[in-house]
This record gives sequence, structure tokens and C-alpha cells, in this order.
Amino acid sequence: MSAAFLVSLAASANAWMSGRAFPARTLVAPDADRFLERAPLAARDWVVGFFPVSLHWLVHSLISIVAVLAVFGLFFAFLTIIERKLLGRIQNRLGPNRTGPFGLLQPFADAVKALTKEDIVPAAADKLLHFLAPVIVVAFGLMGFAVLPFGRDIIPVELDAAVLYFFAASSATELAIFMAGWSSRNKYSLLAAMRALAQLISYELPLLLSIVPVVMLASTLSTSEIVRAQGGWTLGILPHWNVLTPWGAAGFLIFVVAALAESNRSPFDLPEAESELIAGHLTEYSGFKYALFFMAEYFGMTALCGLGVTLFLGGWQAPCAFLEFIPSYVWFGAKLFGLILGLIWIRGTLLRLRIDQLTRLAWKFLVPLALINLANAAFWSLTAGLPWPGQIARWIVSMALVAVPFVTIGRTLSAGLAPRTYKYA
Amino acid sequence: MTLVLAIIAAFTLASAACAFSRRNLIHSALLLILTWAGVAGFYLWAGAEFVAFAQVLIYGGAVSMIVLFAVLLTRRSIVDPIVTPASRSRVAAAMGVGTAVVAVLVAAVLNTSFGPEPVHAPTAEVRQIGFQLMGPQAGSLLVIGVILTIALIGATILAASDRENPRAVGASARSRMGKGELSTAGRRAVLPVHGKDAAS
Repeated sequence: MSAAFLVSLAASANAWMSGRAFPARTLVAPDADRFLERAPLAARDWVVGFFPVSLHWLVHSLISIVAVLAVFGLFFAFLTIIERKLLGRIQNRLGPNRTGPFGLLQPFADAVKALTKEDIVPAAADKLLHFLAPVIVVAFGLMGFAVLPFGRDIIPVELDAAVLYFFAASSATELAIFMAGWSSRNKYSLLAAMRALAQLISYELPLLLSIVPVVMLASTLSTSEIVRAQGGWTLGILPHWNVLTPWGAAGFLIFVVAALAESNRSPFDLPEAESELIAGHLTEYSGFKYALFFMAEYFGMTALCGLGVTLFLGGWQAPCAFLEFIPSYVWFGAKLFGLILGLIWIRGTLLRLRIDQLTRLAWKFLVPLALINLANAAFWSLTAGLPWPGQIARWIVSMALVAVPFVTIGRTLSAGLAPRTYKYA
Repeated sequence: MTLVLAIIAAFTLASAACAFSRRNLIHSALLLILTWAGVAGFYLWAGAEFVAFAQVLIYGGAVSMIVLFAVLLTRRSIVDPIVTPASRSRVAAAMGVGTAVVAVLVAAVLNTSFGPEPVHAPTAEVRQIGFQLMGPQAGSLLVIGVILTIALIGATILAASDRENPRAVGASARSRMGKGELSTAGRRAVLPVHGKDAAS
């Protein structure tokens, strides 16, 4: 009886997933991993089944929205405590450890504090825009999560032009930063907002240019298709992720740097650094609105990391064939978490850049490298069918196309900036 | 379906009307951004997803910032960019020209014979758009690229030539702002010049 049930479950799952090629499995009962794999989708269908057919589309969307908000809301809450404890450890101190065991209730204490703080709005401020700016920045930051494939078929909205949608959604957050700076009627807020805007539009170009090779080689803008294009393994242990190719590695590095700058994250956190124009464009915000901006920064960072995982690190694909029994959403979560830990590490290690150093890095260094990377990816794609001696030459030429421009442009740009001599120390 | 079109059209037209009737230029710019978002909603309703997202990305993400920078950098006072019409005759002339344009557009729309509605609305996948852009429309794509490159080079030259004459600009800026941490390029780019008429 139970065997028949399991077989029918596997058959229905297989029928649903038919038409997609699975890589060969080497061990483990197919029913078990397919059950864990299918669990979120099966739960969603079970809930949708309670409602009349005419409302299915609405319930479907609502469940996706609630799931994304719940999962990433909790993720944000614990990301704050993880970041503070990690930064503390990097700086040779303990992070917060008073509230709850190991300080795990700290995010809730922070939420209560932010909610109960007095909400001060300057008398001369533009009240409507001052109120709308944090709302818009959080709303559009969350909209980016709609096109990230969290698992094998787990994506809130399946769009043909998913990558374009992601960047359209995150371009409105830059407007909200300007609105925040301008509506405060504060010279320093406005100045900081203009600098933040200059930083954001400078780094949009490397961000988009580093993604163009991925789209070109996968020949689709749909994120779920791009993840599928990175499937399969060579010899069962080497995944075909984009980051494991020369152009992919360079593109991933450019993407990470540009993502750090796009989410105003150290070492690019000039707009909101404490010693720069007080709090930059957030000077006149207090209490919950400040917490909303903070939340929007973390959501933006998580969404960009999710996009990086999707485009470069293979999304929900497992690194080896025999590790496929772990569900796809666990792999996505693990890769996302690893990338965010890397970003926290970078925050604790590197110094903040000045505004002219920022813009020079974007325009003079990252944009040429991203353009050369595009040519590199085109070369990679055109030489895909060579026999094995050609493959070795292809790898060597591609790696040279990454290394040589990096070294030459880097050396040329830092030519006059030899070791500093301090005359007044 | 026409109800949805009516709602989108009402939203777009209302925000456009509010945009040109507000006295505060920044409010006008932000309402214009809402108008562009309404146009993107129209594209979505018509099934052109790619164009809708491109509209949001380009208009809302880039053109809006150009408009805001331009407004802020050319106002005499940084805090209060309120626009007043120069004289009554200018208002009358503007109204006249606007009415003439509306009349031409309405006449064109009314005199066009729209064919019967197609049975299946045409859909364009991103893949088809890509093949079209790389194939038959490649010439227009290259021309647009050349135009954008010329614009970029022109903007760089304009900004660089201003830097060669820092005496007029830098002195007034330095005397009004006490901050010394910005580089010259940053100062030119992000500070509106106080009390300086837009005559240079």
C-alpha cells in the first residue's frame, strides 16, 4: 500500500517534471530526494487546492509573496545579528551577546527600539516625499526577489525578460535615495544624495556589462533558463557554472564589486558613513524610517547576491552529481549565504573609498575590463567545438585576456600613486 | 479589458496634468516619472513586457536622474526650485501652441481608419526581439550606438572644458562652501553654484 503510494507519488512528480533532462544519478532512492525537492511546491498546491479555480491565480501569487516576505524577512533579521557578530570577531571582540542566547534575540530588540523611537520630521521638510522615500526604497528592493529561481521550479514569477525586470525594479531605489536627500531640505542631505546618485549610476554600467556575457552565452534573459544552462557535470564532479570559466570568473568579480557599490555597502558606503556629512541622505530620518532604509539596503544586497548566484554560481545546481540528493533550494540558500558572508568579510576588512576614487574605479577600471570580458566571452563561445589541444589553447588565451588587461590597466591607473610620503607626521 | 486601459490612461494623463501644473519643479519631475511609469503599465497591458521593463529602466532609472540633476544644477537657489511664468503673453502663447498641437493630434487620430481587432494579439518573445535587433534592424542599433557614443564624448568634453577655467567657478564655490574634501571634479559635478546666474 505504502509502496504503491510512493510509486504513484514518484510517477506524478515525474510526469510533472517530464520534458526536462536530469543529469544521471549514481545512488539514493529517487523517491526520497524527489519528495524533499517537491515539498515546497506540493505544499503550495495543497493550499491552492482549497480555493475555487477562478481564484487560483490570486492565491498562487499571494502564497509566493507571503513566502518571499516571510523567508527573506527572517533572513534579514538574522543577517543583522550575524553581521554584527562576524564584524565583532574580525575586530577581535564579541558581537552582541546579551539579548537571548548568543544574542540571537537582538534583531527583535532592535525592531522594538526602532518602532518606539520618536519619529522626527523636520518642519521645513517636504512631508509627502519624506514619507514616501523609505516606502519606495523597500518596495522596489523587494520586487527584485520576484525573478530569482530559488529552487528547481520555485520561482515567484516566470518572466521572459527576467534580468531586465530585475534592473528595472532596482533603478527606482536610486530615485528614492534622491527623494530622501531632497525632501529633508538640508544642504548636507542633498549633497550626500547627489553623491550617492553619482555612485549608483556610475556602477550600474559595470553591473550590467558584467551580466551581458552570461546572457549572451545562455542566449536568454530568463533567470530559470540561465540556471538550467549551467547544469550538467564534466566527469561527474566539475560543474558547468559560469564562474568556473575565465570570463565567468572575471565577470563574477566585476559583478561583486559593482553589487557592493550598488547596495551602498562598505567599502563603498560613502553615502551613509557616520563620519561623512553625518548620515548622508539619511540625516533627517529617525526611528522606523531609518530602519526601513537599513532593511532596504539589506534586501538590495540579498537580491543582488541572489542574482549573482543565479547568473554565475549555477543557481540551485549542485556542485557534484552525487550531491544531488540535497534539495535545490538548500543549495541556493547555501550559495547565497556564502556569498553574503563574503560580503560581510569584505566590509570588515577593506577601507572606505572616497567619491573620486569610487568613480574613477568604476569608469576607468571596471568598464574597460567588463567590455574586454564581453569580447572574451564571445571568443569562448566561438571556440567551443575545438578538439582537446584547441581546448587547452582556448583556456590559455581566455585567461590571458583576463589577466593582461587587468594588470596593464591597473598599473597604468596607479602609476603616479607611489608609496605615500607623509611630510607632516 | 478597456476598463484596464481606461484606468491606465486616466492615471497617466492625470499625473502628466499634475506635472505641468505644479509650481515646484522637483514635484513636476517626480510626477513626470509617474507618467512614464503609467506608460510602462500601458506597455505591460499591451503584452510588450520587454519594452515595459526597458521603459522603466531607461526612463525611470536614467532619464529621470538627468532631469533631476539638470533641475538642481541650474536653479539659482538650491532649496526652492519654484518656477513662475515670465509674463502673461508667454502663458497665452504657450496655451495657443498647446491647443494647436492637441488639435493636430486629435484630427490625426480621428481620421485614421483602424482595422478590425486581430483575433490573436501578437506576442514578441525576447528571443525574436534579439534576432530582429541583430538581423534586419542591426543598422538602426549601430546608429543608436554611435549617437550615444557621440553624446557621451560630448558630455565629457563639456565637463572637461569647464574644468580648464576654474577661476570663475571654483572661487565662488570655494567661498560659499567650507568643505574641502571633494576633489575639483566632484565639486563641479555635484555642487549647484550659488548666486551665479546661468549666463556662463
